[in-house]
Amino acid sequence: MTTVFYIASAIALLSTIMVITRYNAVHALLYLVVSFVSIALIFFVLGAPFIAVLEVIIYAGAIMVLFLFVIMMLNLGEVAVQKEKEWLPKQMWIGPGILSGILFVLIVYTLFQGEPQWAIVDMIGPAEVGAELFGPYIIAVQLAGLMLLAGLIAATLFGKRVKFKEKKEKEDS
Amino acid sequence: MSETLQHIVIVFGILFGLLTLAAGLIWIERRLLGVWQNRYGPNRVGPLGIFIVLADMIKIFFKEDWIPPFADKKVFVIAPTIIMFVVLMSWAVVPVAPGVVVLDLNVGILFFLAMSSIGIYSTVLAGWASNNKYSLLGGLRMSAQMFSYEVFMGLSLMGVVIMAGSFNLTDIVNAQKNMWFVVPQFLGFIIFFIAGLAESHRLPFDMPEAESELIAGFHSEYSGMKFGMFFVGEYVGVTLISAFIVTLFFGGWHGPVLPPFVWFFLKMMFFICLFVLLRAALPRPRYDQLLSYGWKILLPLALLNIVVTGGLVLAFE
Repeated sequence: MTTVFYIASAIALLSTIMVITRYNAVHALLYLVVSFVSIALIFFVLGAPFIAVLEVIIYAGAIMVLFLFVIMMLNLGEVAVQKEKEWLPKQMWIGPGILSGILFVLIVYTLFQGEPQWAIVDMIGPAEVGAELFGPYIIAVQLAGLMLLAGLIAATLFGKRVKFKEKKEKEDS
Repeated sequence: MSETLQHIVIVFGILFGLLTLAAGLIWIERRLLGVWQNRYGPNRVGPLGIFIVLADMIKIFFKEDWIPPFADKKVFVIAPTIIMFVVLMSWAVVPVAPGVVVLDLNVGILFFLAMSSIGIYSTVLAGWASNNKYSLLGGLRMSAQMFSYEVFMGLSLMGVVIMAGSFNLTDIVNAQKNMWFVVPQFLGFIIFFIAGLAESHRLPFDMPEAESELIAGFHSEYSGMKFGMFFVGEYVGVTLISAFIVTLFFGGWHGPVLPPFVWFFLKMMFFICLFVLLRAALPRPRYDQLLSYGWKILLPLALLNIVVTGGLVLAFE
């Protein structure tokens, strides 16, 4: 299981680096999906299959498809790729490169300090997660629900306003 | 050791059976469509025309596998593999008979939903990578359609989950020993069936392909085995949705006299034929009608189903 964890982490890191360095938006998005799936695998290995599957359904499945939808609507082509290239010159990478290099050295250092303590207690099934969410964390769930409701209402309002405008234009003309 | 061996046999048995069935469906569908549309269908090659499958396969393997020069090559090649991968992976959690399941996962239903949400990428990316306006339109339609229908596909299954008290498909089948879930969860069944139809983009909901408007939509530019993968992927998708309907609502392998596997197969074939019948019988709705139907009717119904089921289960416990 430790090997699986390390391989999945390596894939997650690599694909995330690829997300940042791609000039083509759709390619970047695909690497992001790979990154999410590998993170789901990490969750699975750490004993949380429920979260793992939700990660795939919500992040890799739903949200990224929305992103893809928008990118397809924008129909970016070669022009956009050229623009991205101009925005990301080679010198840009020096600063972040040094910083993440230091972080990487630190991570390797801590890893070799001693065997990491694996916190794989048990497989935590969906029922336990549900009981926790609707027990001690009920307020967080309700707050998240309220926030989503606010978003929903805002979206409906945006949809309505277009109709209102059209009506007004018709009346004006 | 024998247990490992048994597992390997199950894995390859299901894979082999599935691909054979998917290939056979080419013939079954065309013959059934013929019957329902008052014509013969393919009846020349072999007994009842069954070798048309072989002829089709030979044709598709020897066709030139052409990638258009204006396409995004990498994405173009990846797209058809995703659909095959995803539908075959989903089959891993389907219990065919007692103990005959590749992966007895405790989040089985969610795994299926996760795989079907990954499956969207196949068609959307195919549409985008083809760099053709009809394909792009097909891809766009697909993403909006799958995205909306996925929401209540998941919600419609929660009634079953509440009644069985588990996400594990084997547990769900065992919970239906006395009564199939289609009786108390009839609404859930109808919603899942419609959502499944939209997910597998079969005819009443095949807006992403829509030959008459979009010239086969997202796979217009595909040829040879890459097109074949979309084709087989669609058929495996149909068997998958049928298998899930049987497992979740029609008691899975449970049934009198005949062995469990045969019951599962018979029930599954019934729903596959129903899919074909719908293709023969129903016209294609308009695209905005499809979406507003989903969000305005099916979604509230699915939510209502969850609330009522949850309330009743709590009241009787």
